[in-house]
Parts: sequence; structure tokens; C-alpha cells
Amino acid sequence: MRIFASLRIAGRALRRNKMRSLLTMLGIIIGVGAVIGSVSLTTGATKQVEDQVASLGENVITVFSGNFTQGAMRGGWGSAPTLTVDDAQAIAQLPNVLAVSPEVRDREQILANGLNWNTQVMGESPDYAQILNRSIVSGAMFSDQDVRSLAKSAVIGQTVVDQLFPGENPLGKTLRIRNIPFQIIGVLTPKGFNLFGQDQDDIVIVPYTSHMHRITTRTFLNDILVEASSDKTINLAQNEITDLLTARHRSKEPDFTVRNQADLMDRVSASSRAMGFLLAGVAAVSLIVGGIGIMNIMLVSVTERTREIGIRMAVGARAADILVQFLIEAVTLSAIGGSIGIAGGMIFSWLIAFLKHWPTVTPTVWIIIAFISSTIIGVISGFYPAWKASQLDPIDALRYE
Amino acid sequence: MQTNHVIKLEEIQKTYHTGEVDVHAVRGVSLEIAPGEFVAIMGSSGSGKSTLMNMIGALDHPTHGHYWLDGVDVSTLDRDALADVRNQKIGFVFQGFNLLSRTSALENVEMPLLYNHKRIQAHEQRDRATHALELVGLSQRADHHPNQLSGGQQQRVAIARALVNQPSLLLADEPTGNLDSQTSIEIMGVFQKLNAQGITIIMVTHELDVARYTRRMVILRDGKIVTDELVKDRLIAETELNNLREAQQAVQLA
Repeated sequence: MRIFASLRIAGRALRRNKMRSLLTMLGIIIGVGAVIGSVSLTTGATKQVEDQVASLGENVITVFSGNFTQGAMRGGWGSAPTLTVDDAQAIAQLPNVLAVSPEVRDREQILANGLNWNTQVMGESPDYAQILNRSIVSGAMFSDQDVRSLAKSAVIGQTVVDQLFPGENPLGKTLRIRNIPFQIIGVLTPKGFNLFGQDQDDIVIVPYTSHMHRITTRTFLNDILVEASSDKTINLAQNEITDLLTARHRSKEPDFTVRNQADLMDRVSASSRAMGFLLAGVAAVSLIVGGIGIMNIMLVSVTERTREIGIRMAVGARAADILVQFLIEAVTLSAIGGSIGIAGGMIFSWLIAFLKHWPTVTPTVWIIIAFISSTIIGVISGFYPAWKASQLDPIDALRYE
Repeated sequence: MQTNHVIKLEEIQKTYHTGEVDVHAVRGVSLEIAPGEFVAIMGSSGSGKSTLMNMIGALDHPTHGHYWLDGVDVSTLDRDALADVRNQKIGFVFQGFNLLSRTSALENVEMPLLYNHKRIQAHEQRDRATHALELVGLSQRADHHPNQLSGGQQQRVAIARALVNQPSLLLADEPTGNLDSQTSIEIMGVFQKLNAQGITIIMVTHELDVARYTRRMVILRDGKIVTDELVKDRLIAETELNNLREAQQAVQLA
């Protein structure tokens, strides 16, 4: 018996009871629709987080100085003065390292334009912009020459511009840090809040030498920002940095700690994987419920059509023909239900994206998964009723009223 | 060899093991039917004629004995092989017509072709089904559904369906049981016409009037053949129909 003929018979049988077919499909429609909808929402959210992590800079390794312990009091990471500019320069010589910025940080009350503002003042190298994926919207970043000459040049973020120079062009203007005048030579492109809720535009960046010798009198760094040459070499670079610093510091206990961006990315993808498993669980439960509905209706249908089965057997249908006929009917139900569910879920996620301005992404792989699993559910739930139909005795089936 | 017979039954027995008592529905029936015969199998209810019919129709196995259909020993075949025998060699006509509702006459007639082993092209299926409907004089009703047809027309569709695979044997189970007398004669006329074209027909009935349209009468009682004789005063459907029409007109004239 041909598949096309079977499909036609199945289509006719399903159209005969339109309402019943629709209600039977509803279980699969709702299940698949809910899965596609929630997958679209969480994928959109995860993608947004991943974009944010990526925007923190690619292949970034951060070296923090060690913890400082005095008597029973233990400071946190970065409290001990262990990292030096020489360390940073040694790291810059490593083969898998692309860029290095020694970092010193301080909160300062800054003055300009008759206004004042408390903000983070960072000492960095010119590589800072490259490492953290930051660009300059107007003006320029300071240069290596500025670093060597302890230049009184500053690059500021948009929040600082808004607070100190409302409605004005800050380029070329002066701001005072601990009463030392710095000339504003550039403004960072606004980036907004980062993953941890910090305003990445509330910032003033000066050459690290100027920070260490003019603003503060430090000889140690808070941390060192490093960019590895690629995502493949990031772990290698991290190990090399660890070995290098261990050798340089000659300490038994490591007095520094090295972290990389890949760790953070891993954590984000771990959480999205967990979400994926959760969704798969919900999907499985809803599809099983839908499948039970299909099995139930197919059993009713087999009983109702006992006589038809008898007629078909009398004119020469084999058991396998009857099995295939009912199986195709069940699969048609579940596949159509799955397709409607996919369409419904996508429409739902578009509506959410449109009305709520949430980022939603419907991954193609989930559409395929949803369709295939609803089809498989049709086969599984249709098999028992179809097998029952195929095992009927033609004489009894013909006599059935 | 059995090739000179369409059907050869040899000591067929059928015993049902239901409950504590064994029911011997058929107790040793031997029968030979040659090509082109038109046989009525008669008997009261409980005579075993339905059981015999099921076995001749390859719907059931005999408990003992052998059954050759077209030279093939059907009594030893498995389920699937029996299904193929029903498809290829036997055409069934039932008392209750047993057409699929909400399916056109043409598609009902096409149905056995769906289960044919050889792949038959859709247009050839259509042609053969149309031809079968022409044989029973219903080609102009091909698109009608069973509920749009009279009982006699439905039975003609069922006969067309039985003929579509060009079987060796047409098997009719009380084909006139649900029809009025005039339509019954019309249907017997269809059978007589088909038989005249050489088609072998076996018909189960309990009505002597209907059996008189056949050529040979086999009467069963208690699972055994008690009479097997040629029909002496055979009725011809055409003549009977004319008589009936004249009688009806006479009543209206009077």
C-alpha cells in the first residue's frame, strides 16, 4: 500500500471528526507552543548576556594582586602590594600575549567647570581601549609617549561628561584630580551598565604613570589587564603568566590570582545549558501528555471503525497495511499539532519581542527538535492502537455493530 | 491436479472450542465447484453455512481437511497469505453492503486495488474501477457517496468492488437480505449477467426464491451437506422483472 494513499485515507478520517482532531492536537499544540515560546525568550536573554560578556573584551586575562594578611586580619584579593610595572612589562614579552595594561584604581573627587563629581579614576596604558573593546567617540586615547612623560591627559566616560560638562563639548577642557589639572583629550563611546550593574561610563582614565606618580604615590598595581592572542591560546597564556609571576615573585604561596574571560563565558553557558535541560524536561512532560491524548483518541477511533477495518481486511489488507494506516493517522495528528505549536510559539515570541521589547530568538535547532519529537510522539502513542487494529480478526470485525 | 476446479473442499471440519463444550460447526464437507458455476449454499441458521462461507472466503482456517482454491491449498496459509488470496482470488459481497461511508462509489471500488501487490498507477486504478462500475450499470453514479444511493445501488457498488481485482470467485453472503423483492431480482439479474460472462459465483442464502436464480443448490444441515443438486426450474431475472412490472401495472390499471 502506498504512502500517498495512506495519507489520503488518514486525512479523510481526521477531517471526518474535525473538532475531535483539533482537540486531540491541542495537547501537542500547547506543549510545543510553550516550549518554542520559552526557548525563544530564554535564548534571547542568554544571547543578550553573552553579548554583554563579549563586550567586556575578548580573550581578556586579569591578574589580581594577592591578599594581604596581617596577624589575624586577612584582606581580600588585591589588598597586598605584589604586582609591579615590571611584572606587567615581563608579561608583555610573553609569546601568546597581544596587549597589556597595568591598572591602578582609585575613587577621587574631581572638579571641573565649577562642578564636582566622585568617580573612578583609572591608571591605564593605551592598550586599555583595545583590551576592553572600548572606542573613543571624540578626541583620542593618550599615547605611549604620554605614559613615558607622565602626561596630564585624561579620557573620560559619558557619565562624567554629563555630570561635569552638561551640554558642552569637554574636549580640550581641564578637570582637576587632587587639584592637579588634567586636560581632557578624549571621550569614550558610551557602553552602559555591565553585567554586575556598574556604570562603565562613570570613569576617568589617565596614563598609569601619571596616576602612580602624580595623583597617588604608589609603586604597586591593583591588577594587570592582559589580552591573549586568540581564544585558543588564552589558557596557554594564563598558564605562562602564572609560571612567569611565580618565578618572578619567588614565593611559595601564590601571591596573585589569574582569571580569564573564558571562565565567565563558561559560567554563562553553563547556566543557559541548565535552562536548556529544564526546558527539555518541560517539553518532554507536555509531549507525553499530548501523546496520551492521541493514544486515547486513536483507541476510540479503532473501536469505532472496527467494521471498516473488517472490510479492508476482507478485501485483502494485510495486518501491516492496517497498522500503517492508523500509525500514519496518529503521526499526521501529532505532526500537524507540532507544526501549529511551532508557529504559535514563534508568533507568541514575536509578540513579546514587539510589545515588551524583549530580545527573542527562535533557534532553528529547536524548531527541528520540536517537530521531530512531536512526530516521534505520534509514532509511539499511535503504535499500540494501530497494533490493536491490525490484530483484529476479520470475521469478528465484519460482524461488529 | 485440482486445476479443473475453482474450489475443491476435502473433508472440511470446523470445531469451535468455546467454553466447556466443543461446537462442531462443520463436520466433514467435501465439495467441488467448476469454473463458471453459480452455486447457492443454503441452510437454516446453525446449519454451518456461515462458517463454511468464512472458510471458502479465506477468512478462517478449517480445523481439519483441505481447501484448494485455484489449485492452491489455502488451508495451510498464514494470515498475510490469506489476505493476499482474498485480495487476488475472491470478491466479497455482503448482506449489509459494507461500503465505506463518506467515500465515493468510485473510491469504494478502488479500495481492493490499494492492497494489490503489484503497484497499480492511479489512473489505471481509476480506469479499472470505472470499468467495474460499468459492469454493474452504475458508471454514472461514480461520484455519489453510499448515503446518496439506494440499497440496490449500494449493493451494485459492492459487487463492482468485488469484481475490480478480477477474482476467480465471487462470494456473496445473503446479498439480497437487506433489499426489497424487486431490487433483489435486479441484483440477481446482475449476478446472472456476470455468471453468463463466465464468472464463478457462490452465494449463501436462506431464501429458496433467491436460490432459484442460481444453477446449483447445496443444502447444509448440522454441518453436513444433505442435498447437492442442479436447480430444475431456474428463474431468469429479466423475465421475472417483466412479470413483476406487468403485475404492478395491472394493479394500477385496475
